[in-house]
Amino acid sequence: MSNIPSDLKYAKSHEWARLSGDIAVVGITDHAQHELTDVVFVELPQVGKDLKAGDTCAVVESVKTASDIYAPLAGKITEVNQAVADNPALVNTDPYGQGWLFKMQVAASEKGSELLTPEQYRDQIGGA
Amino acid sequence: MKRTPLYAAHQRLGGKLIEFGGWEMPVQYTSIADEHLAVRRAAGIFDISHMGEVAVSGPGAEAFLNNALTNDVRKLEPGWGQYSIMCNHKGGAIDDLYVYRTGKTSFLLIINASRIEVDVAWLKQLCKEAGAAGTIQLEDISDKMGAVAVQGPAVRVMIDSVFPSKPLDGTVERCSDLKKNQVARCAFGTTEAWVASTGYTGEDGFEIVVPAEHIEAVWNKVLETGASAGLKPCGLGARDTLRTEVCYPLYGHELDEQTTPLEAGLGFFVSMDKGPFIGKDAMAQLKAAGLPKRLVAFRMTDRSAPPRPHYPIWSKGVDPQQLGQVASGTQSPSLNVGIGMAYVPPQFATPDTAIDVEIRGKRFAACVVRKPIYRKQ
Repeated sequence: MSNIPSDLKYAKSHEWARLSGDIAVVGITDHAQHELTDVVFVELPQVGKDLKAGDTCAVVESVKTASDIYAPLAGKITEVNQAVADNPALVNTDPYGQGWLFKMQVAASEKGSELLTPEQYRDQIGGA
Repeated sequence: MKRTPLYAAHQRLGGKLIEFGGWEMPVQYTSIADEHLAVRRAAGIFDISHMGEVAVSGPGAEAFLNNALTNDVRKLEPGWGQYSIMCNHKGGAIDDLYVYRTGKTSFLLIINASRIEVDVAWLKQLCKEAGAAGTIQLEDISDKMGAVAVQGPAVRVMIDSVFPSKPLDGTVERCSDLKKNQVARCAFGTTEAWVASTGYTGEDGFEIVVPAEHIEAVWNKVLETGASAGLKPCGLGARDTLRTEVCYPLYGHELDEQTTPLEAGLGFFVSMDKGPFIGKDAMAQLKAAGLPKRLVAFRMTDRSAPPRPHYPIWSKGVDPQQLGQVASGTQSPSLNVGIGMAYVPPQFATPDTAIDVEIRGKRFAACVVRKPIYRKQ
């Protein structure tokens, strides 16, 4: 059964966001890393980049495939996780901790109303 | 989508199923890297029941196959097999396959799953054209047979526990005595299996072909026998990374009807001096004129995302030219680096030639290397 922390918000496309003030930390879910397996490469966005919710902004690659990562919220990239670029396996071993991908300053207009609650996300992935 | 007789076994083992050439097959059970390394270090079993089997027999079978295939079938004694390519009249590859001489006038072809219909139609057409219907029996037994590949350094010591009795055709005392490319008929419970020492991973191993209704018993027996040695069920994902590391071609990637085995670097399996065969004249002309492209192996020298099929390949320098595209590419689980194969003009095919691979619009440095990319320790 996938780990779905109760203090996070989720995107339908399997990213999580940890909000504090106007900063969101973003990564991919335990379910997503389990589906991908063996993350071998992570391509992170440029710091300073402005994104709309749903924009492609990173790529996570397993042995088999490349998967696009989407911005769960509108905002500006403020920081990327160099540790995960150097050691992509952190996405597998600690998806909600050391495996975070980037931080963004959430746009003032962004309400986050498209994001799912942990319960809604669990329903989306079929209770898995 | 078609399913193999091991479909239920894959579901029980939690295999992640994907579409491959019209078949619903497991891509992985745990992870590709995990299964890949199990085969390199210990052992793995793969369902290859989707592959096709064609039985060819009769007094005309040898001459017929020697004309249809590039390798010299006459060199095979009963109980031996060889890799070969079946070409069209232009020398393009219709399929790559294994041919076993199972008796004096009987042969078994193991062909690619995605090519069964094309191959069988082509062989039947050739048979008709040769007016050889009376002297050759050609039977597509693909649906009747199941098959597994058991691969890895720990396999040879366990195979005799799977097939404990002496092989029926008397060429070897036990399966573990089978040499590379040798095949034996072995009892398995109430049925009989073809056990061949071959594979698609670069490791020692066997491929086992039995009637479809018995394949699950073979699968279970191998899993049970190999468990203590670390044998794991492996999916098509690991099969692909393993064969890419040792530069074995995959039909549809390195081979197609427009590409000759010479360009694919498979000249060793094309017997130009055996007499006439289909595709020979075209290949002789191509060879005389100079091959327009050659299949090379490469590894990334820049840190980059893994190279994937169809990514463009570029030359270096002030005026870079697109040389071709990636045929097969992946992250090598053994070497932890991006690797692949690609067709390039011959002047770029020399090992140590620097090239670029374009990944999502950016170019990353790579280097042409000798095949295979991975060598057994």
